[in-house]
Amino acid sequence: MTTAPGHPASAAGSPAAGAPPGQSANGRGRKGDVQGTRRLAALLLSPTLLVLALVIGYPVLAGFRESLYARGEGLDDQGFVVEGDRFAGLGNYTAIFQGDRAAAFWNAFGNTTFFTVTTVVLETVIGVAMALIMHQMFRGRALVRASILVPWAIPTAISGLLWRWIFQADGAANAVLREQILWTADGFPAKMAIVVAEVWKTSPFIGLLVLAGLQMIPREVYEAARVDGAGPVQQFWRITLPLVKPALLVAVLFRMLDALRMFDLPAVLIGVNQKSVETLTMLAWFEASNLRYGSAAAYATVLFLYIAVIAYLFVKLLGADIIGEARRQDRGARKGARKKVTA
Amino acid sequence: MSGSLARRTLSSLGFALVALYSLAPFYWMTVSAFRRPQDQFDNTIIPVRWSWENFSAVFSGDNGFGRALLNSLVVAGGTTVLTLLIGTVTAYALARLDFRFKNAVLGLIIATTMFPGISQLVPLLKLFTDIGWINTYQAMVVPSLGFALPLSVWLLTAFFRQLPFELEQAAMVDGCTRGQAFRKIIIPLAAPGVFTTAILTFIAAWNEFLIALSMVNKKEMQTATVAISKFTGVSGFDQPFGTQMAAGVIVTVPLIVVVLVFQRRIVAGLTAGGVK
Repeated sequence: MTTAPGHPASAAGSPAAGAPPGQSANGRGRKGDVQGTRRLAALLLSPTLLVLALVIGYPVLAGFRESLYARGEGLDDQGFVVEGDRFAGLGNYTAIFQGDRAAAFWNAFGNTTFFTVTTVVLETVIGVAMALIMHQMFRGRALVRASILVPWAIPTAISGLLWRWIFQADGAANAVLREQILWTADGFPAKMAIVVAEVWKTSPFIGLLVLAGLQMIPREVYEAARVDGAGPVQQFWRITLPLVKPALLVAVLFRMLDALRMFDLPAVLIGVNQKSVETLTMLAWFEASNLRYGSAAAYATVLFLYIAVIAYLFVKLLGADIIGEARRQDRGARKGARKKVTA
Repeated sequence: MSGSLARRTLSSLGFALVALYSLAPFYWMTVSAFRRPQDQFDNTIIPVRWSWENFSAVFSGDNGFGRALLNSLVVAGGTTVLTLLIGTVTAYALARLDFRFKNAVLGLIIATTMFPGISQLVPLLKLFTDIGWINTYQAMVVPSLGFALPLSVWLLTAFFRQLPFELEQAAMVDGCTRGQAFRKIIIPLAAPGVFTTAILTFIAAWNEFLIALSMVNKKEMQTATVAISKFTGVSGFDQPFGTQMAAGVIVTVPLIVVVLVFQRRIVAGLTAGGVK
């Protein structure tokens, strides 16, 4: 019972807090109730917020500070060797966008964007198709659903190895295609290999979420559309897609955030420091593994800003509402509770 | 009549397509693992000769794969337990209590999943080097909390919201104390959601690669995913694919068994949370 340790805290804090509604009927009790609830909430929320502040908040801030420093072995203006970290201002950032490392950055930026766009588009199309197929099925749905969970469960690093094996020069992919493509060498085929492997692993996720969305649509809606003379194509564009849109948008948003920080798959399938598949995370990782922390932190910060901008635009333009579902449920629950109290 | 027949054929065709898409690569991994090393590059659908040689190669020599599995278990298990201890409390508050900024807090917790792992990793790598945490379990568990905790809080909150908290009050009317009501009513009802969250968190932590790769440079502390990617062949240059496929099967099959046994719960969890 892993839940147990949490409960003494809530039980101990509760007498002051959530006094049953019957007792809080008088005004004095109500006020203490609200205050107690707030205190209890703060108590219960603080562990998570504290941990997140330590493992995410602190590193992100420290990383930003780090990105302003360069490693100590550089020479200063007078030609002396400087020990320890030395303040470099925006030096790490200008080094990203100018000079001999700029090409590497724009290459990685291009790769990251290319992978994100192609994989997310393909995943969405394939995922929706999978969901439609599974939704049509009367028998065997559980079996198919189980089988599409297999790619999802395989660790990304392992799937990287698996696809590296398939994409060998004399491997299964070339045997099936009757071609002699050097997939895992540097070049455009390497990009394709990454896209195929990534789409294979992640489209089931979209498929499952969309299937859940499809199952919420009442059958009568389709019957009504059929009576009104809508064909299958029209039904899909006019009914299915608009109604699964909220679920789909959230799934796509999460997939996008994940694709933008892609690392495992290209690192294992092709290798680090390969021009054709190097992503921004790989670039930053490579810098860090060579102990150039300042430069690595600068790359990481740029990537973070890129992700934040994309996420913001996505939410603003398409209106993906991540906590909307929660908010709606919450309101419903509260309304229900109020009804019960008055009854 | 013919319409329904056509429809049934079409649907079983779709069935076959989806199953083939999902399972063929995994099938290929399994089959390749069971080939003899000298037949490794055969492209026959079924191995000409079945053999366990690749599997014994996984555990032999200096791969240290048994230890790597243990490390994975410790790291993923530790992450899961810690996450649930912290996450259930928070999710209970988010689902049950009514207070200002509730949605803001939930939004903040979700927003942390937006941070790319690398921007969290670089400073921690430096910090852990300074305090001598490189090659320790905590160096892998602590950063993993960064993605595991928001995931589990999100899932648990979604699950806990569905709990009938009125039952708790009913039990108190019937004479239970608040603590008793919590223990006897809420915990048993919440257990399935907590269990599902545990599975999903464990899988996410078990599949982690970037942190484990960066925080460890000693072979004995590598997790399984990292160890497999670093298997070396006899001659050093040719990649030992057979061994890697066998190791991949060993790492994956337990996950797949869990997924198949609990598929209903996992799908419920994925769709409730919409995460990963």
